[in-house]
Amino acid sequence: MSAPTGITRATLLKDLRLEWRSKDAINSMLFFSLLVVVVFSFSFDPSAEESRQIAGGLIWVAFLFAAVVALNQTWARELRNQVLDAYRVSPAPANSLFIAKTLGNFIFVTVLEALMTPLFIVFYRLRALGPAWQLLLVAVLGTWALVVNGTFFAAMSLRTRSREIMLPLLLFPISIPALLAMVQSTTAILNGEGARFWIVLLVTYDLVFTTVCLLLFETVLNAE
Amino acid sequence: MKKAFPILGVLTAILLIYALYMALVWAPTERTMGNVQRIFYYHVPSAWTAFILFFVNFVASVVYLIKRRPAADIVALVSAEVGVVFCTVVLVTGPIWARPVWGIWWTWDMRLTSTLVLWLIYVSYLFLRRFSSSGQTPALAAALAVLGALCVPFVYFSIWFFRTQHPQPVMGGGGSIDPRMLHVLLINWLAFSCFAFLVCWSRYRLEKLQRDVDHAHASASLLDPRGSGR
Repeated sequence: MSAPTGITRATLLKDLRLEWRSKDAINSMLFFSLLVVVVFSFSFDPSAEESRQIAGGLIWVAFLFAAVVALNQTWARELRNQVLDAYRVSPAPANSLFIAKTLGNFIFVTVLEALMTPLFIVFYRLRALGPAWQLLLVAVLGTWALVVNGTFFAAMSLRTRSREIMLPLLLFPISIPALLAMVQSTTAILNGEGARFWIVLLVTYDLVFTTVCLLLFETVLNAE
Repeated sequence: MKKAFPILGVLTAILLIYALYMALVWAPTERTMGNVQRIFYYHVPSAWTAFILFFVNFVASVVYLIKRRPAADIVALVSAEVGVVFCTVVLVTGPIWARPVWGIWWTWDMRLTSTLVLWLIYVSYLFLRRFSSSGQTPALAAALAVLGALCVPFVYFSIWFFRTQHPQPVMGGGGSIDPRMLHVLLINWLAFSCFAFLVCWSRYRLEKLQRDVDHAHASASLLDPRGSGR
């Protein structure tokens, strides 16, 4: 196995193991996700027909908030233990760290989504009129779009004042095309319409931004 | 260089006055919208100027990432600031125009929506510059600028498709434009571009001076024989 993949694997497994043993982030995040779904159910009456029409948007806004809270603590552990300084000094490529962090966040946010989705389906009595497997595809692509940019901006915000607010400030504007695509494709699939344009847009967005984030992460890591 | 600035300033002032006269008096009155339509001569050139400035920001950021020249960083900062100002003008003149014409303050038509997202992206850029600690801001900001600029085509495509699914009234009308109106539009654009250039130049000098002063302070405290804590 080449060195970069080895480093990525090691970093990812370290994060997963740490999280599994302490479970502090995952427990609070799971409860947060439940709270978000309940609050949405009070704000947007599930029995109203309109709410079912906008369910696609509601789900993704809920995922977005959960993702932001999860992403904010991405680098917290590294900061506390000066891991980033050690990483900069080591010959390890910056990209391996970035991919490992992004994958870890992706897994984390996917777990949260896996909890929130059944709740939404149950509370809002959702039924997919279109092919349900496409919903899975949209979920994967959309989550990756949020997480890849979010991990990048979280690293950028590390040395800024008001670090926690900086992440959503940077993430939301740039994610707008992806958010539009996620919401529109989910709504389209739920209503049995075609979502091909939006899915293609999401794939393109993911490819472009993953590439650019990989290219620029070295700069951000050395700069921060 | 010092002499050029006031000369250019006077020329720009004359051009702006001329453009104002053309827009408010000389240009023909639009058939359906009447005189309200004249705001078009501020709305559209501001948008074009903002787009050019944001493009300059992108190029300057790329140059900074490759060459690490401080001048490129200052150009990036300046073009983003002035670009956001012009973008704000677009977003304010839009509703002012929409209200008498359609009775609504805002419409989610393609152009206004895309401009709003563009504005959001560059305001977030300015926030990063303001909030991050001075040492490494240029590199981080340059990275953000590249990401933001790459996002722009996605913004346009996604909103274009979204709007073709949910049509809204279109600002500025489509179709052909009276050649006299086009003439006035281009004059206003020229005037705005000159004005933008002047403001950018002035801001550039200001920023450069500020950095030179900060640098001098830093050097002085480093060399101070009485030690730190002045």
